[in-house]
Amino acid sequence: MGITLPILILAIPFTMFLILGIVGVKMSRKLAGILGITALGAVAVMAYYVAFTYFFSGDPRFIVEGVRQQCQLFDVTWLAFTDRLVVNIGFLLDPISAMMLVVITTISFMVHLYSWGYMEHEPGFQRYYAFLALFTFSMLGLVVATNIFQMYIFWELVGVSSYLLIGFFYKLPSAVSASKKAFIVTRFADLFMLIGILVLSYYVSNAPADGPLGSASAFNFLMLNSNAGVIANTVLGATFMSGSVLTWAMVLIFVGGMGKSAMMPLHIWLPDAMEGPTPVSALIHAATMVVAGVYLVARFFPLYCIVPDSLTFITIVGAITAFYAAVVACAQIDIKRVLAFSTISQIAFMMVSLGCAYNQPIEGVHYSGLGYMAGMFHLFTHAMFKALLFLGAGALIHAVHSNNYTEMGGLRKYMPITHWTFLIGCLAIAGIWPFSGFFSKDEMLAAMFNRHWFWGAWMTMVAGLTAFYMFRLYYMIFWWEENPKYAKSGHKPHDAPWQMSLPLIILAAVSCVAGFIPFGEFVTFNGEPYHIHIEGSVAATSLTVAVVSIALATFMYARKNNRPTMVKNLWPALWTAANRRFYWDEIYMFITHKIIFNIICRGIAWFDRHIIDGTMNGLAAMTNFFSVKIKGMQSGYIQTYVMWYFFGAVALAVITWLCLL
Amino acid sequence: MDYSQFGAMIPELIILGLFFVVFVLDVFTRDGSKKSWLTPVTTVLFGLATVAIWLIPSADTSAFGGMYVDDNACKAIKAILNIGVFIVFLQSASWVDSDETAIRKGEFYELILATLFGMYLMISARHFLLFVIGLETASLPLAALVAFNKKHYESHEAAIKYILTAVFSSAILLMGLSFVYAFSGGSLYFSDIAVAITAGSMSGLLVVALAFVIAGIGFKLSLVPFHLWTADVYQGAPTAITSYLSVISKGAAAFAFFIIFAQAFGQVFADSWEWMMYGVIILTITVGNLFAIRQKNMKRFMAFSSISQAGYIMLGVMSQSAIGLGSMMYYIFVYIVSNLGAFAVIASIENKTGKVGMDDYDGLHKTNPWLSFAMTLAMFSLAGIPPFAGFFSKFFIFNSVASTGSMALYMLVLVALINTIISLYYYLLVVKAIWINTGEAKIEAFKSNGGEKAALWICVAGIVFFGLVPYIYDYCYNAAQIPLF
Repeated sequence: MGITLPILILAIPFTMFLILGIVGVKMSRKLAGILGITALGAVAVMAYYVAFTYFFSGDPRFIVEGVRQQCQLFDVTWLAFTDRLVVNIGFLLDPISAMMLVVITTISFMVHLYSWGYMEHEPGFQRYYAFLALFTFSMLGLVVATNIFQMYIFWELVGVSSYLLIGFFYKLPSAVSASKKAFIVTRFADLFMLIGILVLSYYVSNAPADGPLGSASAFNFLMLNSNAGVIANTVLGATFMSGSVLTWAMVLIFVGGMGKSAMMPLHIWLPDAMEGPTPVSALIHAATMVVAGVYLVARFFPLYCIVPDSLTFITIVGAITAFYAAVVACAQIDIKRVLAFSTISQIAFMMVSLGCAYNQPIEGVHYSGLGYMAGMFHLFTHAMFKALLFLGAGALIHAVHSNNYTEMGGLRKYMPITHWTFLIGCLAIAGIWPFSGFFSKDEMLAAMFNRHWFWGAWMTMVAGLTAFYMFRLYYMIFWWEENPKYAKSGHKPHDAPWQMSLPLIILAAVSCVAGFIPFGEFVTFNGEPYHIHIEGSVAATSLTVAVVSIALATFMYARKNNRPTMVKNLWPALWTAANRRFYWDEIYMFITHKIIFNIICRGIAWFDRHIIDGTMNGLAAMTNFFSVKIKGMQSGYIQTYVMWYFFGAVALAVITWLCLL
Repeated sequence: MDYSQFGAMIPELIILGLFFVVFVLDVFTRDGSKKSWLTPVTTVLFGLATVAIWLIPSADTSAFGGMYVDDNACKAIKAILNIGVFIVFLQSASWVDSDETAIRKGEFYELILATLFGMYLMISARHFLLFVIGLETASLPLAALVAFNKKHYESHEAAIKYILTAVFSSAILLMGLSFVYAFSGGSLYFSDIAVAITAGSMSGLLVVALAFVIAGIGFKLSLVPFHLWTADVYQGAPTAITSYLSVISKGAAAFAFFIIFAQAFGQVFADSWEWMMYGVIILTITVGNLFAIRQKNMKRFMAFSSISQAGYIMLGVMSQSAIGLGSMMYYIFVYIVSNLGAFAVIASIENKTGKVGMDDYDGLHKTNPWLSFAMTLAMFSLAGIPPFAGFFSKFFIFNSVASTGSMALYMLVLVALINTIISLYYYLLVVKAIWINTGEAKIEAFKSNGGEKAALWICVAGIVFFGLVPYIYDYCYNAAQIPLF
């Protein structure tokens, strides 16, 4: 494989962004939509081809004696600050980036197609497709980055396109504030990530050039990962606040991932981001961008393994977030918020799984890297079924023009396609055999039980909660009691047009069969194939928990009754707290508005207004003053010019003479 | 005399050949015809010549006992200047085809090629005699070009001012060189001078000599206080010539300055002229900025902007290293596309409407969005706003100065940085006029012709991509790897 395809995969979406962004307004909607969809279709085909070649061609660049290799298809120097601090732009192909190419292009193509129906009547249709193309470009650039700096650039680009898409309905104040919130929170987290990158590259670039690190670029992933041990020895000597500097650097980098992947306590932006168009939520806030944090940890996995404390940190953050988000999801009314919290919870699942993996053999564990494989597997299956659920939610919103399930109920008769595909999505996320979620969740739980029984048990409980709230949602939408409004308005809800239904059916089909992909043959932490086998006891436990939870949900929500109210009244405070997401937003508001704005910002504002502005105004006045004073120099008389010329030359000589000799 | 040595001067011969081709074509065309074919023919031939100069691989050559040298750095700067001249040809096509000048357009191309030939000699000279010949060859036709708008008295005034100052500066330069001749023991070869003039031989007269040489070349670069002709000449000259003066002439002089002061006077850098240039650069950047703030006429405004930019270009001299030369060449290249981009807009607006006032640009975006877009990019690039090329060129040239590690030079970079903030103010004034100032647009919508469009597209592409594509800087940096001392 040459470099043409990789370049095209990045260039086509970017070109499409430029075309639609600049001349989109002059196009008809139909042309813009078809252009966007065709281009993304072409990119998807190319990405499939690249991934297929990577996994199956047997090219020695990609696989050597059964071990999958990491291959930089190209890697050109972009900015060379010093010999070691070199920023490259390249295309890295390895198991996870190949898998992500497939995931991103698939979901993006589905969303492009779906949006054609969903956004049909929205103003700014062309702008929407331009932003989608920009996002796809940034996300693809992120996953194929060969070095941490390239990744960081695309990481921010992804943040920008997410900002643009959340705020797409820019006339809605809630959408505008949600987009700002998302951007500020993730950007705040990225600040830590940048510090982490700087710390890491500072120490690595200062390693002796004749040492084992050689003189390779300090940002390159392959160099960093293959020399994790050496870097640990170079950097570990340095400590900061009783932790090794490397641990600090890796944790700081992970904080960036926490922001993008909405881990506690930086999760607050994701539920609000649901203000964006629903297909965008499916693409960005369910399947691709929010897993960037998981991808980041996987990308740096060897370095994280060198400092196990950071892995423990990841596990704890993930475990708390998973439980918290699952509880909150049980008490939301807006269906997109339920799905948003479910996404947070599932991503945290992947984080815990990665945190439980290790690249060295662990005593008593037959395969220590299982958590890595399982986390990536779940990333893959989750992307498919969560996109399906979001797109299904979009179809529902399209039909009843509300986000709240209180406006729905009994829809299964009116929207059969949406109903069945949504059910498949729910079964998959609940982990019921043979849907894809079962397989990946089983592997993850097995990895967690391997690490420590506590993580396994804790996350099994979260899995049970997941099944419960998903089926609660499912019953409230499709069963419960038929909403009287349908009869009154005379406008019966119906299934969406084919552009929207087709992606639902495709994704549902994928969710049915994706579990049978022998994922371990393709993606493992060290490139060696791993044969997945179902862990009997784990599978039995998790299946039992899931079935019991679904049964409970059925008991409470299948028909209209007063059991939910009774349960709610058992602990009204708990329900309110969960409904208000345990007051995180209020806490943030208190800290920012009351403490930071009032106490710190006032002082800074005074300083800015009087000292900084004063200095600047003074400088400007001074500049202006001199500018007026020297006006006479430019008299227009050639005699004056020559006089200045001559005396200038003489003065130059005399002054230098006096000063130097 | 061994005439075969002329064969070593391939780029010069190409330009000279082109000059004669245009000359003959021009002379043998019937008087009174509009010669409308002359413009495309010359432009295409010049484009081919540029490609030839860039692509013909040849080893470093030297001729006439080392008077003439054509190494990688010389080849690169010649190619860069050629691209600039090509853009000037494109953007001046419609002006030179207008009724007033059409009959004389052969002269326009001949004179430009003659000055370019002179600049080539300045660049390749390693002997002061050849350098002065090149300098004069480059200067005198320019005076004729400045006066090209025969019927406008401003054009005459500008030409008179230009030629008088040029003559005066030549006198100063030659006076300085005669002192140098005395010190070097009767040789004008740069290499001999470097041997003869060392730190031990510093004296008052030598300081005077160096100051006069700086003043002489500083005229071409419009360094302060040798810059006073600039604004009047830029304003009075035809806009095509103004843009030519502001980039090509400056680029050649800056490169020659670097070579002369490194190869002939490099030994006394720290003892004398480092401090002269230190002061001159600060004065140039600052005074250029202070005047630019007050300008209301776009061409005058660009004149002061180009004075200040020349100060930044000369920063490359201060590092006395290959990085400095590479950064300087890169800066010149970026400056060429940015400045010519701005001039292309100014020229096409002037040709169509005759308006050159800054307040005529109010609300331009309503009537001419593409021109507004190009002008905005050019201003951003000149001001050094990332990610446009101007940011990277400033970054690299500051970096080359700072990498010397000297505290005094850090201060120089600091002053230059503060000045970029001042410059931001006046560059953004133009952007503000175009996009923010309200009121009726004073310039009606019009379509630029093909040549102007092509020139603008080249410039915009350069502004956007030169910073992002690493190849350009690498090219300059690699070309600059020549023995400097």
